Amino acid sequence: MKMAAPISIHLEFGGGAELLFDGVKTHHVTLPSQSEPWDVKQLLEWIKANLLKERPELFIQGTTVRPGILVLINDADWELMGELDYKLQDQDNIVFISTLHGG
Amino acid sequence: MCDLDEGSNEDSMGRDSVKRISSKCMKCKESPALLIIRVGDAFCRNCFKEYFVHKFRAMLGKNRLVFPGEKVLLAVSGGPSSSSLLFQVQEGLSHKASKKLRFVPGIVHIEEGAACGKTLEERTKIVADLKSIFSTSGFPFVIVYLEEVFSLPSSVLQSIFSLPTEKDDLYKDAVAGFMQSCHTSVKKNLCHETVAQETTLTEDHTHASLLSTHAHANETSISAFRGKFPFSPEQTEAVKKLFASMKTLTAKEEMLQTLRKHLILYTARIKGYSKVMMGDSCTRLAVKLLANICLGRGAFLAMDTGFSDPRHGDITIIRPMREYSAKEIAFYNKLFGVPSVFTAGLNTKAPEKASIQHLTESFIVKLQADFPSTVSTIYRTSEKLNPRYSQTPADDKGTETCLLCSCVLGIELRDEASAFCAISISEELSQSKKPEGGQVSSSTMEECCAENKMETLESSGCSCQSRERRNTTPDFWSLLCYSCKLVVKDMTSLDLLPEYILEEANRRQRRTQIKREIQEYLLTSEDDADTAP
Ligand SMILES: [Zn+2]
Ligand SMILES: [Zn+2]
Repeated sequence: MKMAAPISIHLEFGGGAELLFDGVKTHHVTLPSQSEPWDVKQLLEWIKANLLKERPELFIQGTTVRPGILVLINDADWELMGELDYKLQDQDNIVFISTLHGG
Repeated sequence: MCDLDEGSNEDSMGRDSVKRISSKCMKCKESPALLIIRVGDAFCRNCFKEYFVHKFRAMLGKNRLVFPGEKVLLAVSGGPSSSSLLFQVQEGLSHKASKKLRFVPGIVHIEEGAACGKTLEERTKIVADLKSIFSTSGFPFVIVYLEEVFSLPSSVLQSIFSLPTEKDDLYKDAVAGFMQSCHTSVKKNLCHETVAQETTLTEDHTHASLLSTHAHANETSISAFRGKFPFSPEQTEAVKKLFASMKTLTAKEEMLQTLRKHLILYTARIKGYSKVMMGDSCTRLAVKLLANICLGRGAFLAMDTGFSDPRHGDITIIRPMREYSAKEIAFYNKLFGVPSVFTAGLNTKAPEKASIQHLTESFIVKLQADFPSTVSTIYRTSEKLNPRYSQTPADDKGTETCLLCSCVLGIELRDEASAFCAISISEELSQSKKPEGGQVSSSTMEECCAENKMETLESSGCSCQSRERRNTTPDFWSLLCYSCKLVVKDMTSLDLLPEYILEEANRRQRRTQIKREIQEYLLTSEDDADTAP
């Protein structure tokens, strides 16, 4: 099995979700190389461990995003992209928008 | 599907087509789908835009409530939904729009930073961001600060009812009148010109005009801030105190909504708007519907969540965004660059169980995640609701309306089996527990009674328990609906309420008192025989 190379992706948080990330809306991050390609599920774990500043339960519940937070993968609904199973690629753009009242 | 991607990272050209689950747009059946709106309905970018824009025009067209040439005030919080509303109106009025909207919009924003503990710097920054969005629209706009509730006149709580004649005739007349005025004017964009004129006036004179029209204009407050803010630091403190005096977030949210509504109504009246558009989405209204049932507002659901809300008489509130889900709005804003400004509110970062409203939201949103038709089902329920007793003109028929939310009082009492009725009966039976009579301004009735709950009436000397007064002065609580009563009961002191509320309460109490005093001299008609106590 070959190792997948590290990948760089763009993350964006909006609708108040950015408050959980010190108010920073856009993040350019590099995911380290690992044997399997990165999927969204692993990305969420990585975000929780490396980016989330506070109250993780307001962003991640169980293994997925909190209901009410929309996920866009390259400007498309993640529901059309396989959701948690989507395999990330270099330069992907992942957007999280909270539609909840008050963020 | 996505397994195909493995090891093909370098192939960036063909990436998009491979990654996307191969579903096509259900409408044009050509372009790749970009989002799922409802179960099974996947739209491409263009079809989604068309669908979104069409829905807005259709909503307004179908209801025929907004007359051509009518002044309509858009209540814009800066959040996704109301920003989207503003954008739709902008698009609809632009020359390239196929079916042009024909009303004359203006914008009001209620700045609530004081209630949410924001610093002046934070508030100034947010207002500046909003102003730049509003300026781009070219519509006249007003920023009203929550502090200004302390200079509102009590007349804002008095609904002015104009009895509606046949709606369709009115609409036709308005259309005819509008067409004529357009023809006679040399320039065809007459409306735009008046808008532009007003714009120049609005920015500078907004606050001056807001204050000068009230009875309680506070001169010192203006000089204190050198005209930068239309309120004084004392008023900011008063807002903070008011909200700090409420124990629950549930009550705070309700109070904020009430005060916001009063400021919007007041602005609409002094600026001559007859319609107010609110940006509530269908997701928001579904939450409101269930939350309001929990809050004891079940009797008012139709008005609280319907397309149009006539309770204020002269000003009709309409909710043209009520068929869009929060998801649709968020997607539209993202895909088409609709600007919005996020402002942290009372419930920002609050735990899910922090308030009834917040808990209801997470309940519905979670249910929606597993059952995608949850919101639309609740929403459709709200469409079927009709007010069982319509809002009748207030003053002449003697129908009392709630001091705070302006809904008709006593609706619950007409149904003997209602919970409200049961509560009133049990309250009557346990008089000693309930505050009665007393002037509002003497306040702290709640505290007073709470302290003396266990003591005997005689020894306590508590004025609010006085039996003589009970028969002559109607108490403050009788001016409120069940739900608003709960909100006010959550406060530690009534004194902290803005003056216009207390003043209007006193006015209504005096009026009722006089009515009772002269009652024996009045001839009773059959009508009265039914309603008299
Ligand atoms: Zn299409
Ligand atoms: Zn009420």
